[in-house]
Amino acid sequence: MAMLEVEDLNVRFYTEDGVVKATNDLSYEIEEGERFGVVGESGAGKSVTSLAVMRLIEEPGVIESGSIRFKGRDLLELDRDEVREIRGNEIAMIFQDAETALNPAYTVGEQIAEAIRLHLSYDDEAARDRTIELLERVGIPDPVERYSDYPHEFSGGMQQRAVVAMALSCDPDLIIADEPTTALDVTIEAQILDLLADVTESSDTAIQLITHDLGVVAEFCDRLMVMYAGHPVEMAPVEDVYYDPQHPYTVGLMSSIPRIGDDRDRLQTIPGRMPDLIELPSGCNFYPRCPYAEEACTRREPALVDVDTGDPADATVHEQQSAACLAHTGELRGELDYTVTVDDGREREGSASVPDGGHDDRTEGSQ
Amino acid sequence: MTTAHDGARPDGGERRPDEEPLLRVENLQKYYESDNGFLDRLLGSRQYVKAVDGVSFEIYEGETLGLVGESGCGKSTVGRTLLQLVEPTGGTVYYRGRDITDLPDDELRDLRTEMQIVFQNPQSSLNPRLTINDIIGEALDVHGLAQGTTRDERIKELLERVGLSASHANRYPNEFSGGQLQRIGIARALAVEPDFVVCDEPVSALDVSVQAQILNLLDDLQDDLGLSYLFIAHDLSVVEHVSDRVAVMYLGEMAEIATPQELFTPPQHPYTEALLSAIPEPDPGWEADRIILEGSVPSPISPPSGCKFHTRCPRVIQPDAFELEQTEWRAVLDLVEEIAAGAVSVETAEALVAAGDAPDLPTAVRADHDVPETLSDPEAEAALASAVEAAVSAAPDPPETDVRETFASPCTTDDPTLREIDGGRAACHLFDPAHPDASPAVAPRQVVDGSSGPDGSRAESDD
Repeated sequence: MAMLEVEDLNVRFYTEDGVVKATNDLSYEIEEGERFGVVGESGAGKSVTSLAVMRLIEEPGVIESGSIRFKGRDLLELDRDEVREIRGNEIAMIFQDAETALNPAYTVGEQIAEAIRLHLSYDDEAARDRTIELLERVGIPDPVERYSDYPHEFSGGMQQRAVVAMALSCDPDLIIADEPTTALDVTIEAQILDLLADVTESSDTAIQLITHDLGVVAEFCDRLMVMYAGHPVEMAPVEDVYYDPQHPYTVGLMSSIPRIGDDRDRLQTIPGRMPDLIELPSGCNFYPRCPYAEEACTRREPALVDVDTGDPADATVHEQQSAACLAHTGELRGELDYTVTVDDGREREGSASVPDGGHDDRTEGSQ
Repeated sequence: MTTAHDGARPDGGERRPDEEPLLRVENLQKYYESDNGFLDRLLGSRQYVKAVDGVSFEIYEGETLGLVGESGCGKSTVGRTLLQLVEPTGGTVYYRGRDITDLPDDELRDLRTEMQIVFQNPQSSLNPRLTINDIIGEALDVHGLAQGTTRDERIKELLERVGLSASHANRYPNEFSGGQLQRIGIARALAVEPDFVVCDEPVSALDVSVQAQILNLLDDLQDDLGLSYLFIAHDLSVVEHVSDRVAVMYLGEMAEIATPQELFTPPQHPYTEALLSAIPEPDPGWEADRIILEGSVPSPISPPSGCKFHTRCPRVIQPDAFELEQTEWRAVLDLVEEIAAGAVSVETAEALVAAGDAPDLPTAVRADHDVPETLSDPEAEAALASAVEAAVSAAPDPPETDVRETFASPCTTDDPTLREIDGGRAACHLFDPAHPDASPAVAPRQVVDGSSGPDGSRAESDD
């Protein structure tokens, strides 16, 4: 049994314009101490997924079906008090914008100490001591003095460190970090990622890291899930996804990022944009943007399958590489032909590829 | 990227020395007054935020100059100041050889048909109550460029030019996605047929797949229309992709200017090196010793003396008198600066002593700053020990012997000038022949060797 088991999660938002299908039959697991990445562009359903795990979906959103089991307990069946007990205590969250996560009217130290008093029933002095210890651990200089500083007296990077300290305050087993470094400069991002790696390693804390940045995932995560329009389109250990992507969207994402040292004149793009989650295209949601789309893609919705066998994906098998593309169930006439070039110059071919005639990611193919 | 340009410098080759740049910026300054209220004004204690503190560069016809740096380094201010959208405090901007810093309003308005800007956030830079037709048409009207049916024709042409449908002209901004809005922002800038466009973080708010579309569009437009760009961004990989030359800014000053190939090949300015190494590489097998810069960018109100980067620089030069390990010296310098600023926290040290983590206050202070208990250089040790002792002693005002003087190095005292180095220009004392000991060749190079050869290929550790 994995620590977190999300099964067939469907979140819907009932808006005036229609029903937004934010996540669709989403299943994934996170083990103890694992670093799990959730990648996708805006509107892919990444943040909704994490809010659902925290039971923070609010009107007009509802978790329509599915289950979220944390250490065997279904979070969707707990009452408010029980959820509050788990939130912060066993599952903590780090948001993108540290400035809004901190209350400007209270000192940084007091906010962290409050969480400790609430969840761990420490008395005032013990909570203060633990807070100072935490501030020190996340690399805030002079924690004794900074304890009584207000959030605005901290720089952006320091604020995010304070938020990390707050997340760590109750020794959670799982931290959900939603774009924790997106608002930060690269040099500060490197500091925060380093810190997160450090603190989670020493306490064997699992992390669900939500990001749009493929570089951050490559560096930080063990396994990842790529999402598109509320669907998981590919899930596998990071090496498999980066060196042998099996979904055309993953391939498109990888080849559209400019990289230092590459000498492409033009970036490969994914034409168009993410569909409206109210009116998803029939069949495969990605087909209007997919360079390999065929007639079958407009009719049949691909299931997430094991790319080696074509059998339905099993979320409990973590080393499996699964993707949701008809190519893996033999329902396409053509092939996914692309080449992955790793920077040492050696080429790795997509396993569903024919040897040549493909467009590799250095030429512009999908236009 | 135009033909003429390709002829001039295909891959960082020499530019003709007599070629007059399209735009030449000399010692540009923009200070903002930091107004702390009535009392400060009354007492005359004014402080200035030195957003841009004397930068010089040039942009050639058909060229893209990338401008990178962390938030608050002044890169956007440079873009706005050189367009005269904000008035510079000092310095000169020459456009086609003509000084444009002192133009009367009507001439400045005419100049706007030649120089334009694309903003980061199209949602807030396009008027939500105007149709696309009016947004783009406004630019034509202001400059009296087209009327009646020619105006409509021109707008349609512009929309198609940036990859939108001409039938979109009567829609409002809220009907478009972020990427489409950015295309509209670009169409508006192009309406007056400019020669030079400042792109201020044009893709930072966009998703990666859309970002690639916009970058390609900007590239196409440059090829077709012969535009020159100043491309401002915080993302070094984006800048590297689009630029012919890249300028790196730190705290209102220029740290380095070079072609992408030069910039990413040692020797480099230590700041460039750190910025580069901080970029997360989208390759799980990629392993590099990352340089993590400590702390954050200092306040531009009271920037550090000497080289503004010396407070974070991993390769800061040490005084001739001492011989310390580089990491040791870095920690010592941090502590020295804190002592000099009177910022050493006695409270923190006392807490450490109380917790039994240190026998006495000086040891606690050193431990707290990662300074070894005894320095490897006895002379440095003696000087530091007495300074720490003085800092933690209960005396209300610290003794007048300035510890900074004892530990002064070129980096802490002299502001480096931008000088020609082996590949581009950099402002760093490591490249100053007057400091021979500090040759960059012997300085520790933390970026993994072979990280970027001339062809950009990288060594890779996976399998």
